[in-house]
Amino acid sequence: MTDRIGRARLTPARMTLEDVARVGVAGLRARPTRAVLSALGIAIGIATMVAVLGISSSSQARVMETLDELGTNMLTVAPGKQFSEKKARLPKNAARMIRGVEHVAMAGQTGDTGKAVYRNDRIPSTRTAGLQVRATSLDLLAVLRTPVRSGRWHDTATAAQRTVVLGSTAATRLAATAGDSVWINGQWWTVIGVLAESPLAEDVDVAALVGFAAADAFLGFDGHPTLVYTKIAEGKVTEVRALLNHAANPEHPEEVTVSRPSDALEARAAVAGAFTSLLLGVGGVALLVGGVGIANTMIISVLERRREIGLRRALGATTAQVRIQFLAESLIWPGRAGSPARCWEWPAPSGSR
Amino acid sequence: MTAVVELAKVTKEFPGGVLALRGVDLRVDTGELVAMVGPSGSGKSTLLNMIGTLDRPSQGQVRIAGYDVAQLSDHELSALRAQHIGFIFQQFHLADGVSALDNVADGLLYAGVARRERRRRAGEALERVGLADRLEHRSNQMSGGERQRVAVARAVVGEPSLVLADEPTGNLDTASGAEVLATLRNLNAAGATVVIITHDLEVAAAAPRRIHIRDGLVVADETSEAAGMGALR
Repeated sequence: MTDRIGRARLTPARMTLEDVARVGVAGLRARPTRAVLSALGIAIGIATMVAVLGISSSSQARVMETLDELGTNMLTVAPGKQFSEKKARLPKNAARMIRGVEHVAMAGQTGDTGKAVYRNDRIPSTRTAGLQVRATSLDLLAVLRTPVRSGRWHDTATAAQRTVVLGSTAATRLAATAGDSVWINGQWWTVIGVLAESPLAEDVDVAALVGFAAADAFLGFDGHPTLVYTKIAEGKVTEVRALLNHAANPEHPEEVTVSRPSDALEARAAVAGAFTSLLLGVGGVALLVGGVGIANTMIISVLERRREIGLRRALGATTAQVRIQFLAESLIWPGRAGSPARCWEWPAPSGSR
Repeated sequence: MTAVVELAKVTKEFPGGVLALRGVDLRVDTGELVAMVGPSGSGKSTLLNMIGTLDRPSQGQVRIAGYDVAQLSDHELSALRAQHIGFIFQQFHLADGVSALDNVADGLLYAGVARRERRRRAGEALERVGLADRLEHRSNQMSGGERQRVAVARAVVGEPSLVLADEPTGNLDTASGAEVLATLRNLNAAGATVVIITHDLEVAAAAPRRIHIRDGLVVADETSEAAGMGALR
């Protein structure tokens, strides 16, 4: 037999993309249950990721929105600790002195009267429901940017009367609205308004607010404020913060505590962020498990399909073509799984920013 | 006559020192119908793998359709199988839940033929094996003999230089086996080169030329001009 050097070189034919896809789909169609289960695993994984991202980013967005609305330029001034055991007090004119500091836009104050508020005169005095009666300056609402939910806010006239404005939590606990009467220090007081929630000053939420004059006249209040809320010009907060101790109590600046309530909100946002990462991790694990599941299934399907591979090799498939077949299968698989999961995606961004 | 299969001093040693083939010389020409027969353990399957280019010899030369297998890369061997060899297996190896037509069309999947053309030629091949009325039947809706004929159609759909049948009747009852053998003979009569590997002397008797294998060697090579059609119904 002569050498046939002149024969045409053998080159395997290329498979068209369509054939590759067809072969891949055929492999999946042959094992529908397994394909569906793995797809379900991946779908759950992706859906978890998307849902987690959506929920947490929208809740974070809400916190940030609240912050933007209320501003981060609020500082509160409170009496701190004295060296002796006696509780420190702010001077009576602390708010006025603070208003004198440059860049302080507004300052409102409240004073704890030490009295409690009750629904009526039948309630035992120990059941205060955690509510306090606080004397308030008239400009408090402007500083806190807290709207009145119903009724009205104090004016110079009501501030001297037995009238009270309830914080939102206080109103709920007392089940009182504007027009009702509440029992404070052995007398009936009239509720003239209820405030909305005040995210930056939660102590206002649980307070029954009365005027300084009324507190002085009916509750024996000493007139020392226990909390001064200040609004600082944008960008000057750090600068002003250093001055507030001295302004509030020139004699004992060390007995004054200045804090920034928005820090707490920011911390809350940060916690929410950390929580997001945690949940994302969980979603990631779910996805990983789904992926490992697919890898596992693919290995098994390769093992149990040695015959098929042998047949395809006999039909003339190159090793590359067999590889491509399995690759196509494993790509089509999660592709199909992912598409229903991504349906979650479109409503989510509307909630987040 | 051109040689389709040429084996020269082919030996095959497996790891562990098992010598499956011990210097086989063999030549099959175009248009022949050959049965390679031998008991199990004689080296038949190894010989099939050599001829089918699924394995390479340890020593010696294997030429299929003129190509020296030792000189071809794995890539080129795939092309050789796709273009020149059609396989028929004992277990049919058809895809369940797929029509006979598509099963046969798969025989051309790696030959670079477009799908429409694959299906057209598959229809013709099924007609040649007498299954023109079974095109849309799924393999689990057919009898064993019909399935093996579908497999035969898949083997011949690409007009290979060589049809290699490994125990084609091994899983079939006598009647179905005869049916498949008759199909192979018809194809041979129409010009196809067919090599049947079997341990069954009765099946081997259906072929005009019988090569007996034993202990990795060709022990007899007999040709009977008349044997072909008469031996098996």
